[in-house]
Amino acid sequence: MILAAEISPAIPTILLDVCLLSLLVVTAFAIVRMRSLFAIVMLQGVYSLVAAAWFVTLDAVDVAFTEAAVGAGVSTVLMLSAMLLADRKSTPVPKGRQWGALAVVLIAGAAMLFAVPDLPAYGSATSPANAYVGTDYLAKTAKEVDIPNVVTAVLSSYRGYDTFGEVVVIFAAGLGVLLLLGLNGNAGRYQAEVRGRKLSETSAPTGTAERDGTASAELSTREVEVAKTQSGPPSVTELEP
Amino acid sequence: MTIPVKKKPVKGPVVSPAGSDPHVLLRVISKFLIPLIALFAFYVQFHGEYGPGGGFQAGVILAVSVILYALIFGLNEAKRAFPPWLVRVGMTLGVLLYGGTGVVAWLMGGEFLNYSVLFPDPIDGQHYGIIAIEVGVLTTVTSVMIAFFYAFGSRQPQIEDGEW
Repeated sequence: MILAAEISPAIPTILLDVCLLSLLVVTAFAIVRMRSLFAIVMLQGVYSLVAAAWFVTLDAVDVAFTEAAVGAGVSTVLMLSAMLLADRKSTPVPKGRQWGALAVVLIAGAAMLFAVPDLPAYGSATSPANAYVGTDYLAKTAKEVDIPNVVTAVLSSYRGYDTFGEVVVIFAAGLGVLLLLGLNGNAGRYQAEVRGRKLSETSAPTGTAERDGTASAELSTREVEVAKTQSGPPSVTELEP
Repeated sequence: MTIPVKKKPVKGPVVSPAGSDPHVLLRVISKFLIPLIALFAFYVQFHGEYGPGGGFQAGVILAVSVILYALIFGLNEAKRAFPPWLVRVGMTLGVLLYGGTGVVAWLMGGEFLNYSVLFPDPIDGQHYGIIAIEVGVLTTVTSVMIAFFYAFGSRQPQIEDGEW
């Protein structure tokens, strides 16, 4: 942003914005059309990176940094590792459910377009973000906190409660994953081949072992039901005469 | 996700001479890059008051250096470098450090998370308070991101190259 403005102020950054936003739309359509989850996860990383570039042109470098690190970096890897526990391809959605989703998207999009005129103009000095408490932060950071980056001052000092809440949310998410999945699988105590595929030594038991158990359980309940139905009718016939 | 160190012959389209490691380039470059990534994380952490960055971004970048190590050298190697007990302790310690800074400020006569009372000079108090809570954020974010990766990565079968 700064570089572009210094090199040639004649090129409006809105041109750059339009290019980046159309790239986002193209990526989004590619994601919607694809079936291979691996490619979709990669394209989500691309989407995050383009979005980060767009945030830089909007002068929101802190947000851009977070988007690049979290969205393009670590969440791609986490999505890949989560995907490996599930399928590699997405199943096509039946036509009937596609119409419902399209209706929801159209209504939500129309509502957003309806709200656009109420938004402040791009870069407006009187927008809520620039008007009320934001001016106070800008004015008081120099003498109250005395650090050059006002964003850091706002995040960690003026809005310390919010940031504390964010950290607790991240902690809670980590705790939830650890309670559901465990940190170690089963700590390397399980070794098996499932359907011809060798599980790594730190893998938890999945697949045939459990499925055999449930299958036999189902079988046994079915047998019990069959036994009941077989034993049922005779008693009725006994009662009838 | 983890690339097996001792490779079995793969069925896929990977062409490599017998006995050679098709990932040797990745390994060499990663060995060079991982310390730099970790160093950059600490730069982002402690330079956050001058430029963009802070505990969240630094934590993610530090976690990425461990995750990259796990991707290239295997999960077990990564668990020797950054053991799971450290993940569990770090998750909790970060939140406690953040909240503890607030409680200390509280006990010293200020409001919860009002760092100005931590030192005689309010400006010093703000500076050290912000450093303390950012270290807390870094610890929690790094540990939770690595915990996610360990939790998901520990449960899956080895991925052969041919499967991609």
